[in-house]
Amino acid sequence: QVEQVKLLDRFSTSNKSLTGTLYLTATHLLFIDSSQRETWILHHHIAAVEKLPLTTSGCPLVIQCKNFRIVHFVVPRERDCHDIYNSLLQLSRTAKYEELYAFSYNPKQNESEQVKGWQLIDLAEEYKRMGVPNDYWQLSDANRDYKICETYPRELYVPRTASKPIIVGSSKFRSKGRFPVLSYYHKNKEAAICRCSQPLSGFSARCLEDEHMLQAISKANPSNRFMYVMDTRPKLNAMANRAAGKGYENEDNYSNIRFQFVGIENIHVMRSSLQKLLEVSGTRGLSVNDFLSGLESSGWLRHIKAVLDAAVFLAKAIAVESASVLVHCSDGWDRTSQVCSLGALLLDSYYRTIKGFMVLIEKDWISFGHKFSDRCCQLDGDPKEISPVFTQFLESVWNLTEQFPQAFEYNEAFLLQIHEHVHSCQFGNFLGNCQKEREDLKLKEKTYSLWPFLLSEQKKYQNPLYNPDFSPELTLLEPNTVSFNFKFWRNMYHQFDRSMHPRQSMFNLIMNTSEQNKQLEEDIKELEAKIKLRNGQSDVVLVKEQEQTSHPAPMALKSPPCFQKEHPPMAVNDAVRTIEGSNTADNRYSELVSEFSKAEPAVVSLEYGVARMTC
Amino acid sequence: MEFAELIKTPRADNVVLHCPFHLAVEGTLCLTGHHLIFSSRRQDNAEELWLLHSNIDSIEKRFVGSLGTIVIKCKDLRIIQLDIPGMEECLNIASSIEALSTLDSVTLMYPFFYRPMFEVLEDGWSSFLLEQEFELLSSVTNEWRLSCVNKDFSVCPSYPPVVIVPKSIDDEALRKVALFRQGGRFPVLSYYHKKNGMAMLRSSQPLTGTNGRRCKEDEKLVNATLRSGRRGFVIDTRPLAVAQQARAKGGGFEQEVHYPQWRRIHKYIERFNILQESFIKLVEACNDQSHNMDRWLSKLEASNWLTHIKELLTAACLAAQCIDREGASVLVHGSEGTDSTLQVTSLAQIILDPRCRTIRGFQALVVREWLQAGHPFQQRCAQSAYSNSKQKWEAPVFLLFLECVWQIHRQFPCSFEFNEQFLIMLFEHAYASQFGTFLGNNENERAKLKLPQKTMSLWSWVNRPEELARFQNPLYEANSLVIWPSVAPQSLQLWEGVFLRWNRPSKFLEEAEEERINIIKYNKELQAKVNALRRQLAEMETDEVEQEE
Repeated sequence: QVEQVKLLDRFSTSNKSLTGTLYLTATHLLFIDSSQRETWILHHHIAAVEKLPLTTSGCPLVIQCKNFRIVHFVVPRERDCHDIYNSLLQLSRTAKYEELYAFSYNPKQNESEQVKGWQLIDLAEEYKRMGVPNDYWQLSDANRDYKICETYPRELYVPRTASKPIIVGSSKFRSKGRFPVLSYYHKNKEAAICRCSQPLSGFSARCLEDEHMLQAISKANPSNRFMYVMDTRPKLNAMANRAAGKGYENEDNYSNIRFQFVGIENIHVMRSSLQKLLEVSGTRGLSVNDFLSGLESSGWLRHIKAVLDAAVFLAKAIAVESASVLVHCSDGWDRTSQVCSLGALLLDSYYRTIKGFMVLIEKDWISFGHKFSDRCCQLDGDPKEISPVFTQFLESVWNLTEQFPQAFEYNEAFLLQIHEHVHSCQFGNFLGNCQKEREDLKLKEKTYSLWPFLLSEQKKYQNPLYNPDFSPELTLLEPNTVSFNFKFWRNMYHQFDRSMHPRQSMFNLIMNTSEQNKQLEEDIKELEAKIKLRNGQSDVVLVKEQEQTSHPAPMALKSPPCFQKEHPPMAVNDAVRTIEGSNTADNRYSELVSEFSKAEPAVVSLEYGVARMTC
Repeated sequence: MEFAELIKTPRADNVVLHCPFHLAVEGTLCLTGHHLIFSSRRQDNAEELWLLHSNIDSIEKRFVGSLGTIVIKCKDLRIIQLDIPGMEECLNIASSIEALSTLDSVTLMYPFFYRPMFEVLEDGWSSFLLEQEFELLSSVTNEWRLSCVNKDFSVCPSYPPVVIVPKSIDDEALRKVALFRQGGRFPVLSYYHKKNGMAMLRSSQPLTGTNGRRCKEDEKLVNATLRSGRRGFVIDTRPLAVAQQARAKGGGFEQEVHYPQWRRIHKYIERFNILQESFIKLVEACNDQSHNMDRWLSKLEASNWLTHIKELLTAACLAAQCIDREGASVLVHGSEGTDSTLQVTSLAQIILDPRCRTIRGFQALVVREWLQAGHPFQQRCAQSAYSNSKQKWEAPVFLLFLECVWQIHRQFPCSFEFNEQFLIMLFEHAYASQFGTFLGNNENERAKLKLPQKTMSLWSWVNRPEELARFQNPLYEANSLVIWPSVAPQSLQLWEGVFLRWNRPSKFLEEAEEERINIIKYNKELQAKVNALRRQLAEMETDEVEQEE
């Protein structure tokens, strides 16, 4: 516990600060300011801690979080600062899974609730929903004991004609044994999205079993005999891999395939791209042109567009040409997960529902071994393994929700909350790198699942504009991917920088109004029932009543007290129409005045958040 | 002159119309004196397009064999294409459109011929008189007076006949001050902040020249707006260097020695051809669908448009801050005081004054701070972003203002009575309209053209209940606070409603907007119903109690 710590506003130019007390708990860093407002930061969310050179007011400590929150403390004594710094370094770097928050987090559920929670998402059920097994596809037990591929789930769907020797042979010819398996089956078009890793083709190697495997996939589609093979890497990268004995499919060796590169960059490029983006967006006193050129040179939106373009290509191949598609990158757990899951999201409206989106993440990301632990740096590990691949997926989905405001059951808050928990290590779902690892950790016994928790507060994540009839079940969502459609996701990268957001949130207003509408509908039903009941009691009243409804008397009503209790007067959007930050000091033009009038504080006394009002 | 002389081919059949994101339609093209009319022959779903010639910014023609194609680029940024069979017909039509869309006499413009199909409930020409404004002012302060010194436009040709000035300054002094300010634009009241009695004045630059001329009456006038012992701020919309250079041409700025109670702030706002180029570049960038991400972002940056938005918003916030937070009076001017000055004073009022965020109040603001204040609409809005002729008077000054209002609107979506469509409508009518409101460069010219007698006012049309309904913001709840927008680049956005309007399908966004409105409407209905039922129930209960008694 350290007192008299100052929390600086990240963007304010007037060095405004809040003074308060900093506490370190086993799991969180807590700051309570003088007006008792609390800022909680989970240790697992801390990406970097930095001690800046000593200033006259104390020792500055900057904490960067994985959810893009940046806090800037000034600790009066250097000694304290040093202690906090060291503790945070230790606390934010965990060496063992068992030390993660999820293993100590207890939401007060009993054991059966915990088990039920983990059963909420059932992938076997999901494959059934898609329509497999069927005449062409079957469940394979080849990987039941993780013998063929450690990073795949136990249960995999493959073409019926792919025998076990073919599977084994093919897996030996694929990086990390990740042979082609079913990711999504489109029952109307009878076409499939399959996924795998790169072939170990080098410059000339072939594998008959692998060739058979692809043939089996294309034959499993009765409506179109040729299939696409999408290599999601830039061609140059794929060619370079050949030197290492890996590479891509040679069209001459495989019959009926159309090979296509789509050029999504690798995890290292994405990591440094995000780094650049954050540098730019974190600059104080940023000019419009520096922002735009920084946005350009970071390449971030270019990457998002590349991912979405690939997904559109995939979805169109299925929906328009009825062709099956095999997707891979290098190992088949980063770009492949992005493209397969987004492709399915465009094809199947189920994934645009709250439950469906959970299923999609559970299937294409968790079960197929996206290395969440490495990519999100859950344990202290190789910094070169960190990459915002999943963040890009969420951002692509967000872009779609912007273009199709009525197509999604969930809202932006849902995406942000999932992002929060991918890094929080509070729930077991995203721990570890693959299913086998999760089983070894006994996560289902020792930790809780995120999904029931999200479902329990579903109201927060519902899109009030959602129209279930927006697109019939299996019609393709066709987004416009012209560059100007892609926007900087302010609510993700500046989620905690309140001064940058609209001061009145149209979204919240619509959310609450829609919520209130449901309540009102209930009230009306209840009131009508009561009136009916009373009408039944007395015919005399009935006559009177009809008179009265046609001439509603605007007199002051003496409502019985019991009635008041049952129906407290509705707070009509009071909480919604608040104006935050009605304070010039929150905005960057304040510096202009302070240049020539230093006697400003007398006027500027409102803190943002205090200037709440109802209009 | 007869329009018929200009129309060589009044009608062409089998013309194919291509509009972005619509299927090509075949039909008949007709040219009239003021309109290009296209109607499809299909009986079931007759499509018609009426385009004002004055909305046409530029046209291009090209031929493939005998099939001619005319590409028409409009001032509202829409681009349409007409395929016309027959080379001669196509040439005739192209040259007719060209002639009709570039008529140089104002009195030949459509507003002089337009006859409204609706009943005029209220004559918009007399809806917003300065006298009414002054009456409102008089109810809170008696420090100001209405001066008719300019009643025949002789003191300042670009001012309206009546202006509001400090009570202690007589007309004689005003005449002297007018000689000391460029174009005679002496300081007048633009806005009075009721909350603390501070005033915002606007004028043109003082004519100090190189030898530092001064004008005692000018000093007295501006000082009359200060509380004793308080300071005021002069916001000069030019950088210091430009203001200094202006002295060589007889212009200048208020020098400290002569205006000791005033602090001068230079806040540069870009003007004229720089803005026009920026506008053209932005529209070019938005219209090219083939740009990859890097190219799009660099084009967007190179246009500098959002930089102008940020600078303008910052300047307006600064002015508002001086008044509301510093408790100081403010004088705003640039050189002529007809462009950047008006942008700053009008935007500051949007921030400070809740009344300006209502439909009626916003109209009054446009009338007061733009039309009556002498923004030369006819010069500035003669051409839009597609024009090839680079005349130096064109500039999207008013559009920039509208966009800044939109940016604030986005940040405070519940604080405005009007919606985005209202702003877009004003943009369209400023550039091409059947109404006379935006014709002429100032009140003097409008009086000479007898616009109030000969043309219809835009406000007569807008303020009809049917039209008003289209422009209402369902989320509006009056908000009496000062609203401070964020000017961080991350908080600003491209105005898609104007710049991407014709470049992408907007069906889904429009449907979503409709749904939002439905939710709000439904809420109101439900509330009314719940209240009625509760009242009914309560009455039943009281009746029962009475019966029991």
